Amino acid sequence: MTKKVLLIEDEPSIIQAISFILSRDGWTVDSHADGATAIEAVARKRPDVVVLDLMLPNRSGLDILTDLRANAETEALPVLMLTARGQKRDREMAERLGATLFMTKPFSNAEVLASVNALAGAA
Amino acid sequence: MISLNLIIAVCLAYVLLLFVIAALAERRAANGRLGWLRSPVVYTLSLSIYCTAWTFYGAVGYASRSGLEFATIYLGPTLVMVGWLWLLRKLVSIGRTQKITSIADLISSRYGKSNLLGVLVTLLAVVGTTPYIALQLQSVALSFAVFAPAASDTPAALDRTALIVAAGLTVFTILFGTRRLDANEQHHGVVMAIALEAVVKLVALLAVGVFVVWGVADGPADIFDRIEASPIAEWRVDTGRWVTLIFLAGAALICLPRMFQVMVVENSDERHLATASWAFPLYLFLMSLFVIPIAVVGMSTLPGENPDLYVLTLPLRLNAEWLALLSFLGGFSSATSMVIVAAIAVSTMVSNHIVMPIWLALRKDGAMMSGDVRDTVLMARRVSIGAVLLLGYLYFHLSGSGAALAAIGLISFAGVVQVLPALVGGLFWRGATRTGAAGGLVIGFAVWAYTLFLPSFGVSAVMPAEMLANGPFGLAALRPQALLGISGVDPLVHAVFWSMTLNTTVFVVLSLLSFPGPLERVQGAEFVNIFAHRSAAQGWSRSAAEAEDLLAMAQRIIGPAEAQTMFQRAAAEQGKGGYLPDTTPAFLERLERQLAGSVGAATAHAMVGQMTGETAVTVEDLMAVADETAQMMEYSNQLEAKSAELGRTARQLRDVNEKLTQLSIQKDSFLSQISHELRTPMTSIRAFSEILMEGGANESERRRFAHIIHDETIRLTRLLDDLLDLSVLENGQVTLNRAVVSLSEVIDRAIASTVPPGTERGFEIRRTPEAERLQVDTDPDRLAQVFINLISNARKYCAAPEPSLRIVVSDQGGAVTVDFIDNGHGIPASGQTMIFEKFARLTDQARAGGAGLGLAICREVMAKLGGAITYLPGQGGAAFRVTVPRAEARAA
Repeated sequence: MTKKVLLIEDEPSIIQAISFILSRDGWTVDSHADGATAIEAVARKRPDVVVLDLMLPNRSGLDILTDLRANAETEALPVLMLTARGQKRDREMAERLGATLFMTKPFSNAEVLASVNALAGAA
Repeated sequence: MISLNLIIAVCLAYVLLLFVIAALAERRAANGRLGWLRSPVVYTLSLSIYCTAWTFYGAVGYASRSGLEFATIYLGPTLVMVGWLWLLRKLVSIGRTQKITSIADLISSRYGKSNLLGVLVTLLAVVGTTPYIALQLQSVALSFAVFAPAASDTPAALDRTALIVAAGLTVFTILFGTRRLDANEQHHGVVMAIALEAVVKLVALLAVGVFVVWGVADGPADIFDRIEASPIAEWRVDTGRWVTLIFLAGAALICLPRMFQVMVVENSDERHLATASWAFPLYLFLMSLFVIPIAVVGMSTLPGENPDLYVLTLPLRLNAEWLALLSFLGGFSSATSMVIVAAIAVSTMVSNHIVMPIWLALRKDGAMMSGDVRDTVLMARRVSIGAVLLLGYLYFHLSGSGAALAAIGLISFAGVVQVLPALVGGLFWRGATRTGAAGGLVIGFAVWAYTLFLPSFGVSAVMPAEMLANGPFGLAALRPQALLGISGVDPLVHAVFWSMTLNTTVFVVLSLLSFPGPLERVQGAEFVNIFAHRSAAQGWSRSAAEAEDLLAMAQRIIGPAEAQTMFQRAAAEQGKGGYLPDTTPAFLERLERQLAGSVGAATAHAMVGQMTGETAVTVEDLMAVADETAQMMEYSNQLEAKSAELGRTARQLRDVNEKLTQLSIQKDSFLSQISHELRTPMTSIRAFSEILMEGGANESERRRFAHIIHDETIRLTRLLDDLLDLSVLENGQVTLNRAVVSLSEVIDRAIASTVPPGTERGFEIRRTPEAERLQVDTDPDRLAQVFINLISNARKYCAAPEPSLRIVVSDQGGAVTVDFIDNGHGIPASGQTMIFEKFARLTDQARAGGAGLGLAICREVMAKLGGAITYLPGQGGAAFRVTVPRAEARAA
């Protein structure tokens, strides 16, 4: 059974890039662009790993992460956080809220792939 | 028979003895060995100058003429000493604490250091004392004449004797009365000399009395028989005169300048008053004991002789020559002691209240050496003494040895007691004012002079007989000896009644009508409450309490730690432990200096003085305190103003800081936004270029990825362009290329650059060609930039199934409005103002390469063009209104 990754991201070209990289490695990739409905998407898709953008329309990635960690079913779900803002404050906040890994855009493809695989292995 | 020469020799020897006694006492005092000089006995004896030659010789004469009435002269002071001791204590207390130098000084001080009052009282004293001195000169001259050959008993001879005596007394008084200038005005030598004289006159009078009762008569029983047989027994008590005389004598004890001198000024210890209160009446009793016997025996033994000289002539005629000599010395003592003290007292007043003020006024330059002033003051005293004695002599010379002199004593009394209302009122009534005191004094003085003093020179001497009989200008109501028609009264009673009544009335009424000045208030309180101002405790225990008080005060002023350190150190230096050093002058001086640093010199001085009780706080001190306080208030006001200014500055700084903080927050968020806007396309570019480099993608994928890379690169470029453009616009470094163009031309260009030819599908643009012909003076490129933004926004965000945009131009007079209205769902009210801020995209989904800077740039451009861009609500879809000035407004 292939592993599932849910990509919560609103930038279409980035969705395309990450989808290509991960599916080429055998991952089943779903994407979701709206922050407001992201939690339902996680519940519905039941992914093994979540890649979560920090800046999303309608709801911030940090809020989504907080909700995920508050729910018993998703509290151990591996989450890779992405941000384009590159501020130290964001990284600290994300780690405190329970992000498993944190990555600043732009990233190398290999880095993303290794991170997601590592998260899957840990889980 | 004792020769005149012997008398003169004895006189000289006696005077020499007085000199020696006075000199010795002065020396003892100078060495600080006051000892018995300060005994209550000496104090009491010095009070005996109340008994002058007038009482020594005159009492017997008085008794011969008026029976027991002479006793009133002794009863008055006795009653005051016994019954009014509290008043005397108050007087002495004030005199000591306020360093009063004379009765004029006392009155002047009490009423706010009024020199006018000082001058008034001084004049009163001079006028009241001069006849009295004349009386003493007369009695001495007469007593000399008793021993002189019959031929020399002429007015001329008497006159010469009086002159010599006056000159001699002047020398003695100057020598011992102005030897040094002391703040306390105490003259130990003089006091000692008059104490001796007091003993001599008492012993002399008692000796004559014993001689008369047991030598001439056959003891007391015989004397009583003789009294019964004499006219004295028939004398009746005139109640009015008795009351008046007792009042006068009692008041004189307080008001006479010489009595004030010995009782208050020369007083060295207030407790001496207690002794004097019984010893002085006893002295008076002894002085009066043999008056009646001598008078009775004199009248029967020496009919036709002058009764005023019985004391002298009785022993002389009965061949008790040495007793006569003693009696002469007694009379001489009485006269000289009175003259000396009176001259000192009056000269002090004259020099302090008349000579010195004039001298100081004449010397315009206020600054002078202190030694200079001392010499001047002493010289003024000496001249004053000479002047006072000369006046006395002149009075004697002019009035002759007539009967007028007999009543001089009482007339003088009546004059000086005019001070009484102002004095007693000042001591007990805080409401008494300077105006009241001056008014009372003037009116009392005038009435006394008019009703008693001037008429006393005899009919026609000063006042015309006509005036005495019928009043001035025939006004009977103003007859000097029958004011308001009250006639048939004894002139003395009449004068005393009217002068004192009017004096007191005017004093009280004017005091009630006028208001005391600040100095007067302070002095009034100080005088009236003199006992409340002083601590009862004395001596060693007081010193300790004093140090504690001082420490308490110092702690309050310079702070506990510093004060304790200072006191502890001072105590250690004195070889004591603890915090309470002895209050030595050196320590007090140091403390004062220390305090002065905090509260000012005057205040410090006043505080320390008040606490130690060493020096009274003078009005000058208090005024200086007030000055300092005013200065401090001024300083404090300045500080307050400065503090307010600082407050304003701090507020401004806070505002600026707040603005900076806000700017900093804005800058952070701007940078964070830019970072996001740059990193997002770069992420795509990097990811896809890595995929392409790996070469794993198929042909169609490769083309798609290359296209994405291309688009993202354009997006990045546009973002950078926008950022630079905004930066230039915001910094105001834009150069406008103005031209007059028609709006249609600008709108055409805008549409053309947003819709590349051939791609316009499904987006309808409706225009108003007629209105578009309007010409505007503007920068066509910049205006087109704004239009492009608005048109491309409508294309990007209008979500209607058949999107359309209306461009409506209308002429608004000075300006033209261009509205861009699409048929989408518009912008919610909450976002309508936000959209013009940087990076204020409402949704991230529909981005088509914009970085959210478009409308911000539009706003800046329109501001530069002198127009505006606003959101136009209520138009169905999104609607923006661009206002363009037509031509006149040329924004730089």
